[in-house]
Amino acid sequence: MQNTLTIAGRQFRSFFNGATAYIVMAIVLMVLGFFFWQTFFLFGRATAREMFTWLFRILVFAVPALTMGLIAEEKRTGTIELLITMPVTDAQVILGKFLGVAGLYGIMLLLTLAYPMSISTLGNLDWGPVWTGYVALALQGAAMVAIGLMASSFTDNQLVALFIALTINLFFWMISLFLPLLPSELASIFEWISFNYHFDSMTRGVVDLRDVLYFLSVAAIALMVAFRSLESRRWR
Amino acid sequence: MNDVMIEARDLNKAYGPVHALRDVNFEIRKGEVLGFLGPNGAGKTTTMKILTCFIAPSGGTAKINGADIFEQPIEVRKSIGYLPESTPLYPEMLVLEYLEFIARMRGFRGDEVKKRIRTAVEQTSLGDVISKEIRALSKGYRQRVGLAQALIHEPSILILDEPMSGLDPNQASEIRNLIRSIGRERTVILSTHNLAEVQVTCGRVLIIANGRIVADDTPDDLRDRAGQASYIATVASPESGYRDAKFETQVSEALTQISRVKTVKKAEGDTSDELQFHVLPKDNHDVRADIFKAAVDGGFVLLGLEKTSEDLGAVFRGLTTGDVSESTAGSRKSKGDADAHAANEERASQADSDENTSEES
Repeated sequence: MQNTLTIAGRQFRSFFNGATAYIVMAIVLMVLGFFFWQTFFLFGRATAREMFTWLFRILVFAVPALTMGLIAEEKRTGTIELLITMPVTDAQVILGKFLGVAGLYGIMLLLTLAYPMSISTLGNLDWGPVWTGYVALALQGAAMVAIGLMASSFTDNQLVALFIALTINLFFWMISLFLPLLPSELASIFEWISFNYHFDSMTRGVVDLRDVLYFLSVAAIALMVAFRSLESRRWR
Repeated sequence: MNDVMIEARDLNKAYGPVHALRDVNFEIRKGEVLGFLGPNGAGKTTTMKILTCFIAPSGGTAKINGADIFEQPIEVRKSIGYLPESTPLYPEMLVLEYLEFIARMRGFRGDEVKKRIRTAVEQTSLGDVISKEIRALSKGYRQRVGLAQALIHEPSILILDEPMSGLDPNQASEIRNLIRSIGRERTVILSTHNLAEVQVTCGRVLIIANGRIVADDTPDDLRDRAGQASYIATVASPESGYRDAKFETQVSEALTQISRVKTVKKAEGDTSDELQFHVLPKDNHDVRADIFKAAVDGGFVLLGLEKTSEDLGAVFRGLTTGDVSESTAGSRKSKGDADAHAANEERASQADSDENTSEES
């Protein structure tokens, strides 16, 4: 556990040692501001629901940018060898990396609290759906960070990792847009697979255990694959 | 418990169809500084990665300090300090931050972290750069950070993969001294393709080629075993500033007449008033007395007589480029001519020269 936290801490700080954390956070907040305030006053409703929708879309792109280097870059520079030959298990390495990015992701979510706070000064904001929305974002984030970590473990090229993670994220998102084209039996399955289906119900203010389990399962599966992928170096 | 620190048994490693290691066996005892020598791609790095549990062998196993690499990888890693090839470090971290990270990973907390860092920094003389970013350091300093990192938990075993490659002669010599001082209390394995380095730093050499161990000896014994002794006779020219071909033939013939001499060759290294001859005796006889008598009888003046043996370089080439059977003896001898001198020069400047280091890409 200690080792996991040490790895997580280093990973977290490394985002701030370079410019990565600042750039990604700045872009996320700027893009969010641009899209959110464009329509907010048109609707004239004191709700944060639109913010969650936009944030979801932006993070689909932003999270792979944070995770792409996690393992790929360490493989490229060779630091992975030093890290793994410390007295740690591969699982601790994967988990530490995961928590490190999750920490940064959490900070990003905290910064977006400015939105509901601003909205509440403009009108009578119902905070219930706001909190469930953040739960949704947190779960969604766990899944996407795990997917990004998995993608990063496949390669020693950051851009390839970015592309793989983005493709997977877009698949889980866009799949909901193509439902009308699918036969109805398949459509219900694919709807259930998509991120949106589970995400949207939570931003409406309902936290269903099934939705929680969905995101946690996606995260767990991606982490397992990442672990196996890291471990496979031993046998190749 | 005996003092065998590393015990490798029948290590095999196949990368797909490529056999990187074949039945590698060795034991390393406490306090040994072992040089792992071989051309690029011979299996040095693979062996080190197996010993540090980074990769698993396809066959065989190894015990480090009594712990099996398959069953107790964490125990194995605890007793090893490892510096991988080309010293991978996190460039964006400060030296101090980095060492702190390593100390924590090694399980130290609180004051112990500071204490360990202080000791390692002193050992590697990193004091001046402790608050610099790693990316801003020179190659020599990075190498020292890598060593500090490997030393922080005072491991009983140090595994260093090409610790001196890419350093300039001064830096290499500093690192070499550092390794020697560290090696006094620990077991050290270092890999290299630089022969001069092994001769100076290591008490024992394992030569590996094509995934097999082809030699296991001390640098001196290795040289003696494979090295054919030969003699360089320096003869005064009859007339200074003038090379007489007839005189040369005359001396050459006189030397060849000696019954225990196999061949005589003109050696390079003449000056205006000296001629040098390379004399190879039969069956390693000492023919110095015979040469002296031949000089007296032939009426030429012997200025010098020197015994040489092949340097490690020739041995290395012989061992790693095909078999070392008798058939290569002839070709090796002709190489020996040119090498005899190079060897002397090399030994003179051995400590600070990196000439055998051909960088891999």
